[in-house]
Amino acid sequence: MSSAAMELNLNAVLPELVMVVAAAVVMLVDILNRGGRSVTRPFLPWVALAGVAVTAGVSIWLLGEPVSIFQGMLITDGRSLALNLVTLTGAALAILLSIRYIPAVNNQTGEYYALILLITSGMMVMGAALDLMVVFLGLEIFSMGLYILAGLKRSDLRSNEAAMKYFLLGAFASAFFVYGVAFVYGATGSTQFDAIAAAQAAGTADLSFLYVGIALLIAGFGFKVSLVPFHMWTPDVYQGAPTPVTAFMSIGTKAGAFAAFYRFFVTGVPDAQPVWGWALAILAVLTMTLGNLAALRQTSLKRLLAYSSIAHAGYILVGLATATPAAIDGALYYLISYAFMNMGAFAIVILLERQGEMDALSNRLAGLSKTHPQLALVMSVFMFSLAGVPPFAGFFAKFFVFAAAVEGGWSWLAAIAMLNSAIGAYYYLRIVVSMYFDEPTAETLTESPNYSLPITVTLGIAAVFTIALGVLPSLWTNLVETGVMGTLALR
Amino acid sequence: MVPTGYYLILSAIIFTIGAVGVLSRRNALIIIMCVEMMLNSVNLTLIAFARQWDNLNGQVFVFMVMAVAAAEVAVGLAILIAHFNLSKSTNIDDVNVMKW
Repeated sequence: MSSAAMELNLNAVLPELVMVVAAAVVMLVDILNRGGRSVTRPFLPWVALAGVAVTAGVSIWLLGEPVSIFQGMLITDGRSLALNLVTLTGAALAILLSIRYIPAVNNQTGEYYALILLITSGMMVMGAALDLMVVFLGLEIFSMGLYILAGLKRSDLRSNEAAMKYFLLGAFASAFFVYGVAFVYGATGSTQFDAIAAAQAAGTADLSFLYVGIALLIAGFGFKVSLVPFHMWTPDVYQGAPTPVTAFMSIGTKAGAFAAFYRFFVTGVPDAQPVWGWALAILAVLTMTLGNLAALRQTSLKRLLAYSSIAHAGYILVGLATATPAAIDGALYYLISYAFMNMGAFAIVILLERQGEMDALSNRLAGLSKTHPQLALVMSVFMFSLAGVPPFAGFFAKFFVFAAAVEGGWSWLAAIAMLNSAIGAYYYLRIVVSMYFDEPTAETLTESPNYSLPITVTLGIAAVFTIALGVLPSLWTNLVETGVMGTLALR
Repeated sequence: MVPTGYYLILSAIIFTIGAVGVLSRRNALIIIMCVEMMLNSVNLTLIAFARQWDNLNGQVFVFMVMAVAAAEVAVGLAILIAHFNLSKSTNIDDVNVMKW
């Protein structure tokens, strides 16, 4: 061990540390203010939001020199910080959406916000991991929190069912994941990405074990980001879980898992690229196609967004399969724009839900432009962006990823992805058409929706950034670039 | 010394029994037990590889897997109890309110 490895630069784990401390503070504040069991503590979400804001500030402050810690098990560089910003955006908007929603679902709000912060820290750990052990820990930290949050409404059978399905299948997938880690370790003698790559380069790695390990890891990873054929849990869990949790889940799990796996594939097993590149490309084709086709026939808005999130996981996977720096940065841009547009869409679903409901059917949108014109307009922005219509963020997200795929020699994959975007456009635009050209029916939302300041703010932020990132993609790319340059200098 | 391959075959058999159990059993408690069995077979694999490579990474990872497995059971049983309180059943065929 060199002296550089021995010294502990805590800056490398500072965002995660701040997040965990914030979660502890939320729990403490919660306990110190418990008069009776039903006393609501309306300031808790703001404490949690402050924690998110401080962590985001720390992440932006750290942009620049990459630092690694614990003998290279964790690294903080441009990409991990960019990922932090994606998950923190998801967490902040989810907290805003929860302020009105969660007290009606479950009175014990303290645990809820603490869990959101701890889950976020798990996702951030995944984005910074350079060792399969750390990836596994991050994966489990956020999965276990999400199992609990999916079942937050204990009096509701659907919510319980969502938790049950998510837990049983999630634990099953975790077992495959660790088995994969064990095989990669057996093949190379290490779980650290650099050492794994070095063992392959030196020819000491047992390739059959390595490929079995990679296959098992892809299965475990595919489950977490709901790639077809590991997606069966997604629609049920998305539908049954409380809507803010669903919104958070759809963004955070993708960001964390994609970050960890890009690092594993690109820095850990670069020599096996012909194998995993094709495996991921085939999974991407299956995921996009099945996600989009299944979304066509959904009536529940949350299930529709669930299948749409499966399809978007496929588009992001196109970037991961290509694995050039441009493709990875494209995927990062995809994640941040997806965070804003999807959060916005889920915020609308929350507004469309009637008292006591945790879901809304798509016919509630019929003729919405006549009853609630502003709501219909904002929803159209998110739908156009999800469909990939310029000038919204969703268009440039797809453009960056697919263009990088063409340059990286995956033209056929980009072509299939574009065909799929066309299928996707059909069901997103059908919602817009239904809002603007259908007559309001008995199901249409005519009463005033449950507007509250936090939800309005969320909608505003989501809409503004969906448009701003589309008009000025350099807002994001400039921010990330400084850090990414630093990463290249390190290698 | 027992060759590493024997341990790998044994743990693969245990892993498969666990996986088949998860897929074929209908009682949620048994399924959780099967998942635990899968995780323990992975631990055996890790120990075997750690001995073969003569380093401690694998053994350290076993402790992490054990800690995670313990946490997972705690969460899983809590979810199971919450579900049982409503549905009065631990049979996963009754977990079917939401479909397609």
